[in-house]
Amino acid sequence: MDLNFTDDELAFRDEVRAFCRSALPTDIRDKLIAGRHPSKDDKVRWTRILAQKGWAVPHWPVEYGGTDWSPVKQHIFSEEVSQTPAPEPAGSGINLVGPVIYTFGTETQKEYFLPRIINVDDWWCEGFSEPDAGSDLASLKTRAVRDGNHYVVNGQKIWTTLAQYSDWIFCLVRTNPDGKKQQGISFLLINLKTPGVTVRPIQLFDGYHEVCEVFFDDVRVPLENRVGEENRGWEYAKFVLGNGRVTIACVGLSKERIRRIKELASHTKVSGDLLINRPDFRKKVAAVEVQLKALEMTQLRVVANSSKLQKDAQDPASSILKIKGSEIQQATAELLMDVVGPFALPYQSEEDFKHQEPSIGPEWAGPIAPAYFNGRKVPIYSGSDEIQKNIIAKVVLGLSSKSA
Amino acid sequence: MDLNLSEEQRLFKDGIERLLGDNYSFADRRKYLGDKHGFSESMWQRYAEVGILGLPFSETEGGFGGGAVETMIVMESFGKALILEPYFATVVLAGGVLRYGASDAQKAKFIPAITEGNVKLAFAYAEPQSRYDLFDVETLAREDAGGWVLNGTKSLVLHGEAADKIIVSARTAGDPRDKDGIGLFLVDGNAPGLRRRGYPTQDALRAADITLENVRVNAAGVIGDAAGAFPIISRVADEASAALCAEAVGCLAEMLATTLDYLKMRKQFGTPIGTFQVLQHRAADMFIELEQSRSITLYATMMAGEDDSRIRERAISAAKAQIGQSVKTLGRQAIQLHGGIGMTMEYAIGHYFKHITMIDTLFGDVDYHLSRLAALGGLFGEEAIEQAN
Ligand SMILES: Cc1cc2nc3c(=O)[nH]c(=O)nc-3n(C[C@H](O)[C@H](O)[C@H](O)COP(=O)(O)OP(=O)(O)OC[C@H]3O[C@@H](n4cnc5c(N)ncnc54)[C@H](O)[C@@H]3O)c2cc1C
Repeated sequence: MDLNFTDDELAFRDEVRAFCRSALPTDIRDKLIAGRHPSKDDKVRWTRILAQKGWAVPHWPVEYGGTDWSPVKQHIFSEEVSQTPAPEPAGSGINLVGPVIYTFGTETQKEYFLPRIINVDDWWCEGFSEPDAGSDLASLKTRAVRDGNHYVVNGQKIWTTLAQYSDWIFCLVRTNPDGKKQQGISFLLINLKTPGVTVRPIQLFDGYHEVCEVFFDDVRVPLENRVGEENRGWEYAKFVLGNGRVTIACVGLSKERIRRIKELASHTKVSGDLLINRPDFRKKVAAVEVQLKALEMTQLRVVANSSKLQKDAQDPASSILKIKGSEIQQATAELLMDVVGPFALPYQSEEDFKHQEPSIGPEWAGPIAPAYFNGRKVPIYSGSDEIQKNIIAKVVLGLSSKSA
Repeated sequence: MDLNLSEEQRLFKDGIERLLGDNYSFADRRKYLGDKHGFSESMWQRYAEVGILGLPFSETEGGFGGGAVETMIVMESFGKALILEPYFATVVLAGGVLRYGASDAQKAKFIPAITEGNVKLAFAYAEPQSRYDLFDVETLAREDAGGWVLNGTKSLVLHGEAADKIIVSARTAGDPRDKDGIGLFLVDGNAPGLRRRGYPTQDALRAADITLENVRVNAAGVIGDAAGAFPIISRVADEASAALCAEAVGCLAEMLATTLDYLKMRKQFGTPIGTFQVLQHRAADMFIELEQSRSITLYATMMAGEDDSRIRERAISAAKAQIGQSVKTLGRQAIQLHGGIGMTMEYAIGHYFKHITMIDTLFGDVDYHLSRLAALGGLFGEEAIEQAN
């Protein structure tokens, strides 16, 4: 065993760090440090900077524009990006649908979509969840019926992240209403500008318009926009849900948050002392750091193991990463609330920020409470904590339940 | 000992709940948010009609002689309905200052007006640097020609923007963090030299930052001893904290009820999600948390009028700390058990979550109150500490 990175890995880390520091536009970096949401334009700009360097899709195979980095290097890369802190490269295209297309898609699909994903010519969103199909995703009802060279799609998706800015949506649709639920689902790529598509943004309670409802009313989708075989979409969906589970722990992001907490606590006076010098506060932070270190080691074990796993198979321990990762994100958000104290109270919108209104309280206070509120989504999306624990209980621990 | 409401108190509670049940649905609330100042002036008048605005003032002062239990009843009901009107600012905070500190003449001038719904007040106790220390006062009051001249900045003044009168704490003597040398001054909301910058709070209420530049207050505007008002401030803060605990209990009760309804109604995997044992246990945990909150709030309510500040502060800190923890744990579960819908602006649960989160930041969060309680020797077995020292 050896805890240390090799010289080669260390040199790589330094290279990535130096690049991210110098190449990331400072306005984006400042926004992320403050805990505000990067805009679509911020993500596009950053992804294109990475694309120029050849680093937009390092986890993809070389032939499609990726790299041959080892899993450890992939890990180092994403840690460095999130600690910069820089945005994740444009999420759903690069992390979710891209890999589905190069793994299961046709040559035509690969040729058309993959370069556009890397350069963010298209912005993608994920259309899986429906009003009555959340945790029970397989019961989805959006129908796709063949009509000549097209599918005609009718139904509704919900919680679609940033669909209002998207060009394309990848959707799970029902192509066979009979038989086992999982076996009648297909995976379609739908251009959101197709007639019959309506997108309605939903505001989350922190004020951010982060998700949408997407309605399909007799939307005609060419057959060639189906990925893989008809009625085998569930397999591809599981592939999508499995991807990105390593980064979902957000270890790098949480490290950056801890740094931020300490920095702000060094500027905050509580009852005459600097907050950072209060032993009770230091102990609270340390307790979170302990958990984060353990999680980082768990993540490294998953990373180290992934080269031994069958290609694209998922380490069942990755559910741990999602659950603990979201707990730690919650804990750091709470610590930030402790630091900001009474100045959590004023609601200061992005608009105020744009208009350069002087802030109420310390200039960093504004985004902290909304980020705390917004963070409540993490244990809900991408397989809720409860569903992840069901997976651990069943798949890892071998405990079956009567109902399943 | 008796931990039950009296017959009269129960009727009072029923009356308020009926009033709010008829007029304060979540949809009504959304409508009131759009009114001038972000609350309903007509509901304010209704509160006056049913006697809520004069509740804690004695009958001789022009009020209805209610005590801490009556305030608890009101605040819990207001928490349940998530009301927007400035009751806490006007009646609990500023009203508290008047009750404990005002002269007969001042009381005669303001209490009937509050009771009738004709005047709204705010209490400016916090400053940019003060955090939760109420004695950390840098705003200065200088004696001048038989009156006072105020200079400084007050921050996070609840409903300060719309208040007709603002009670301001200001230093008349001593160093910035002394408990002595603080006075309370009644300032007109439109006084020359007073500027207010109003803003919405996270939980859709209003607050203001207030700057005072040579604001003149005449002698009749001084409340109590101009150099010795801190005991009034701390009493009022403790009473207000007990009231906030009660409001939080109302919110938590409503969050649990809403969640239980949802668990019964929402189906996944062909069955109501409330049939999953893990969620049943989660609901049971929420219930336990609510009842613990309710219990400690009763304790705080009955201790809020205690004259011995050491004993009172321990009780209040215990309650505020317990409530602060409960709002985190119960609040988090309430959203979690709703899944995506719990995250939306359209749905009520997030609004409750925001409000209870903000309650934790008023008059001291969990850390502040645990520290204060610990410094006071805790609640039990204090002798052991004395012996050790
Ligand atoms: C901010 C945000 C962004 C999202 N982005 C996307 C997106 O881009 N694309 C997309 O398709 N979806 C997206 N989602 C949807 C997300 O995946 C769903 O919210 C999630 O799957 C839960 O489904 P639900 O909301 O219907 O809750 P439900 O499934 O109704 O769950 C309600 C509660 O019941 C629990 N529960 C359900 N089943 C069980 C069980 N068997 N055992 C124990 N507990 C159970 C859940 O854990 C939860 O606590 C997003 C959600 C959010 C909040």
